[in-house]
Amino acid sequence: MGWIAIRMLTGDRVKFIGLIFGVAFSTLLITQQLSIFVNLLLRGAAAVHEVPTADIWVMDRSGRTPDVTLPMPATALDRVRGVSGVGWAVPMIRSGATVRTPEGDLEPVSVIGVDDATLTGLPRTMVAGDRERLSDPDAVFIDDVGARKLFPAGGAVGTRLELNDQRAVVRGIVDANPTFTSTVILYTRYSNALEFVPGTRNRLSFILARAAPGSDPAAVAKAIEAATGLRARTRDQFARDGVDYIIENTGIPINFGITVALGFVVGVAIVGLTFSLFIRDNIKQFGALKAIGVTNMKIRGMVATQAAMVGLIGYGLGILLAVLFVWTGAQNSDAFKGFYTPWQIPLITAAVVMVMILLTGLLALRVVLRTEPAEVFR
Amino acid sequence: MTPAIEVAGVTKAFPVGDSQVQVLHGINVAIRSGELTYLVGESGSGKTTLISIIAGILFPTQGRVEVFGTDLYALSDTRLVQFRLATIGFIFQQYNLLPTLTAAENAAVPLIAAGMSRREATDRARELLDRLNIADQADKLPRQLSGGQQQRVAIGRALVHAPRLVVCDEPTAALDARSGRRVMDLLRAVALAEDRAVIIVTHDNRVFDLADRILAMEDGRITHDGTTMPQGH
Repeated sequence: MGWIAIRMLTGDRVKFIGLIFGVAFSTLLITQQLSIFVNLLLRGAAAVHEVPTADIWVMDRSGRTPDVTLPMPATALDRVRGVSGVGWAVPMIRSGATVRTPEGDLEPVSVIGVDDATLTGLPRTMVAGDRERLSDPDAVFIDDVGARKLFPAGGAVGTRLELNDQRAVVRGIVDANPTFTSTVILYTRYSNALEFVPGTRNRLSFILARAAPGSDPAAVAKAIEAATGLRARTRDQFARDGVDYIIENTGIPINFGITVALGFVVGVAIVGLTFSLFIRDNIKQFGALKAIGVTNMKIRGMVATQAAMVGLIGYGLGILLAVLFVWTGAQNSDAFKGFYTPWQIPLITAAVVMVMILLTGLLALRVVLRTEPAEVFR
Repeated sequence: MTPAIEVAGVTKAFPVGDSQVQVLHGINVAIRSGELTYLVGESGSGKTTLISIIAGILFPTQGRVEVFGTDLYALSDTRLVQFRLATIGFIFQQYNLLPTLTAAENAAVPLIAAGMSRREATDRARELLDRLNIADQADKLPRQLSGGQQQRVAIGRALVHAPRLVVCDEPTAALDARSGRRVMDLLRAVALAEDRAVIIVTHDNRVFDLADRILAMEDGRITHDGTTMPQGH
């Protein structure tokens, strides 16, 4: 009876397309919004993911995220290096500054000072220039999104900037993960950063460390906390802290949650109404089938086949559109740079669509099962 | 002849608001095999209710219905559905063909519901449509067929699984006199045999002369049982 159910469904093209559209629209909305939400949250951990070699981040005991920095005394670096189990430790500055562009505009930027010797903390991929040029006097590297923002006409490399009223020269462009704050990022050596960032007694933002071979990073982080009184987090913990900070301190989860819920409600409304109309239009036919001797079990199978077909096609189409949207956005817009659709999101959407189809299918089925076969004679 | 259907003491009441409306009042009738039986009467006389009960699609309030020796309402729901599928063929006034299936596929539905493969069922349906003289319309959708052709497809669907009882609701209501008589002739030719029966609910006095037996109903009772129409109808 399955093929009869499918022919009944596809025979009414307008309602069939309406049903597919309802599921596809819901799937698109939910998947797209969840993808943007997750990618925005992951930006809270972008700075951590940028330094894969460091498995421990050390900060002031009140520090919480890579974007909220509280300076420590320079001596903290040596204290961390002295803790048993620490393989190596390097300093990092993350600080706000202002840059004056060649056009005379003022632009807030983030200055990141990385270890002079190892350049730990510098993104691995260069878009333009050579990593060694960061050793040049007053050299800074700019992130690729920032370069397009500050120098839309190109020609960033070699340009002289006023960074906090001091001379800085762009020597390269790096492919950096955009952070949640989306400011222009200028990378420089730690020693240079000390010159660029306004002078206070303490300017060390983070200490990036790696556990010695054979040591557990979590255990070493605890040892650092015990020995120094500073806060030490493993890489995964600190990435999670960045995400949690956004969840707890912004309205993003509520806003996206509302949109996702609306996607579900709109989907249920469109699919429910159209499916209900479809069933009502075919109620005489279902009644005739029941009278002829088609069992309720087979009728259930027919409605389930119709619901499954609508769900599968609508879901597939919606996922395809959502992935295409996110991919196109990531390729063509700096605002979406690095965005992708995590594999878990289509699974979550599949579960939501399944609930939607079950709800609407059961409602429609109720009408069919309630239909008395004798009604076909009336 | 052996009785094909025995209806004994059947009553039916429908709830209307807080009260019950009695539609059938203790119907007793036996319908013999090999007969084309008409059930006639004014609207609201109870003939559709009676035919629904005889066809096993509406439970009586009281009474017993035996179809070819099987007490219908002593069967479980599942067995009753299986019995209908195997034993009864239905022809509805509005045909109730599935609009997205071809004529052959529509006629094959009872066989498919019984578990036969689509191809085999459709081939069998085509053979029957050939006997009904609409083989050339087998691949058309119902909307591409005339009323008479649709009715033939509905007859094909009712007969494709060789049921022993065929119940028809106003099969000629939407047809002109000539087509109506042809449909009745077809039913007689295809459905009637020694071990079979056909019951037809009709208002159509143009075909009354084709009946073997006419049962007239009035206010939920059988008021006439004969081979011709009673006076006044």
